[in-house]
Amino acid sequence: MALVPALPKRFHGPSVWALYALGFIPAAWAFYLGATGQLPGNAVKEFEHLLGLWALRFLVATLTITPLRDLVGLNWLRYRRALGLLAFYYVLMHFLAYMLLDQMLRIPTILADIARRPFITIGMAALVMLIPLALTSNNWSIRKLGQRWNKLHRLAYVIAAAGALHFAMAVKVVGLEQMLYIFLVSLLLAWRAVRTPFLRWKRQRTAVVRSSPATQKAAG
Amino acid sequence: MPAYRPPEIPASEITPERFFLDRRSFLAAAGGLALGGTSVAHAAALKVTSSPYKVNETLTPEKDVTSYNNFYEFGTGKADPAANSGSFKPTPWTVKVDGLVGKPREFGLDELLAFPLEERIYRMRCVEAWSMVIPWDGFPLSTLLDKVEPLGSAKYVAFETVVRPEEMPGQSGYFQPLPWPYQEGLRLDEARHPLTILAVGLYGKTLPNQNGAPMRLVVPWKYGFKGIKSIVRISLTETAPPCTWNLAAPDEYGFYANVNPAVDHPRWSQATENRIGEGGFFGSNRRDTLAFNGYADDVAGLYAGMDLRVNF
Repeated sequence: MALVPALPKRFHGPSVWALYALGFIPAAWAFYLGATGQLPGNAVKEFEHLLGLWALRFLVATLTITPLRDLVGLNWLRYRRALGLLAFYYVLMHFLAYMLLDQMLRIPTILADIARRPFITIGMAALVMLIPLALTSNNWSIRKLGQRWNKLHRLAYVIAAAGALHFAMAVKVVGLEQMLYIFLVSLLLAWRAVRTPFLRWKRQRTAVVRSSPATQKAAG
Repeated sequence: MPAYRPPEIPASEITPERFFLDRRSFLAAAGGLALGGTSVAHAAALKVTSSPYKVNETLTPEKDVTSYNNFYEFGTGKADPAANSGSFKPTPWTVKVDGLVGKPREFGLDELLAFPLEERIYRMRCVEAWSMVIPWDGFPLSTLLDKVEPLGSAKYVAFETVVRPEEMPGQSGYFQPLPWPYQEGLRLDEARHPLTILAVGLYGKTLPNQNGAPMRLVVPWKYGFKGIKSIVRISLTETAPPCTWNLAAPDEYGFYANVNPAVDHPRWSQATENRIGEGGFFGSNRRDTLAFNGYADDVAGLYAGMDLRVNF
């Protein structure tokens, strides 16, 4: 029945920390290669794009946790905070790489870019929206905010859509890779729209199955 | 104890970087020969004379010139052309020159390589805000045009890239980034300008496939996408010819596409550029982009009286 064998409870905490450690490997490795002149061609752009791409991957992974639980009964909720925070750190590093390494702190150019170029405006908006989510990604905030926490964290949907759009608008020709992320994010957001009716239907079905003695006998 | 003094090496004894880099490519070529030999056929040494058209700036290392390319026929990634162009066959090759000319005809590659070849060290500024300094080997486009005797009615020159889906992976499959063939065009006076060349080599050797083998256009005062690669047809026309990027996104890529730091691309500034191959994060630096890519003295006159914001 179980898709993957259940992880013993004592490994739950360490596995989350392992995820953080693994999650930072792409950035650390690319930074090492770039700083030592081993990234080919345009090292700064390569680094910048790699950080952006991993940010988008972590955003998609964050949004996959819920459908995984709904559809295949796999409860990886314990990894969602780490995935979301990794997405935030990668978006932040992506922006810092653009600001420090690419534009070399040419502030007027950066401000003009953010104001005038729609794909940068959208990317910047996503980073700004991620800040309150990152700041409230802790148990204390969840307790304190209650239902409002859930509402606030629905911003993740807008952020993922903005990220996929930013990626597609940044390239000269929208290719397979950009379409893949637009497709994945669309699919994950569409799931949120049909999720409530689906769960209601699933609950009803389970209830019917449980209350019907005929099925119990048949099952027995 | 006397203070240590570093030995003084006269400038005349310092080997220029391109020669010791050439040694490396020579060794690589020799290695290829030893291992089977076919690869060197595509990197044959060319006989070139030097020319006064030389930029006095550090050359972009050959490995960067041949591994960081935009050539969508082989894929849209910068490393794709080098990775995916291995089965492309630049020989034999013919270029058809026709249209409004007195003597339309085809030129074989041997004939093109027999033109007096010059080394031209040009800046190359990509529309994506990066740049290189490349030692091209080629001949002025006007040399070729003279052979076909353009008619008085000819006002433009149209260029076309080869279409070979079986050898160019970007030209086959479901997601093709652009319509083929890739097309470009110049005004006849731009095409006849002495800076405009057809390159058949770089770094003293025949062009690698990823750089547009066997022959490509180089117009150093224009953005790189004007430099159409692997040319099979050149036609003289009366009206402005279609240009691939201009048709794909007319608000982003103009017909002229002259390098102009004052006119931004809608998605990025063109005021500065990133020079490729200057090391890692901390070796690279952004430099100011020059009007007409630094060739304003030679070519600004071609556009006298034109509004370059409109005719970008």
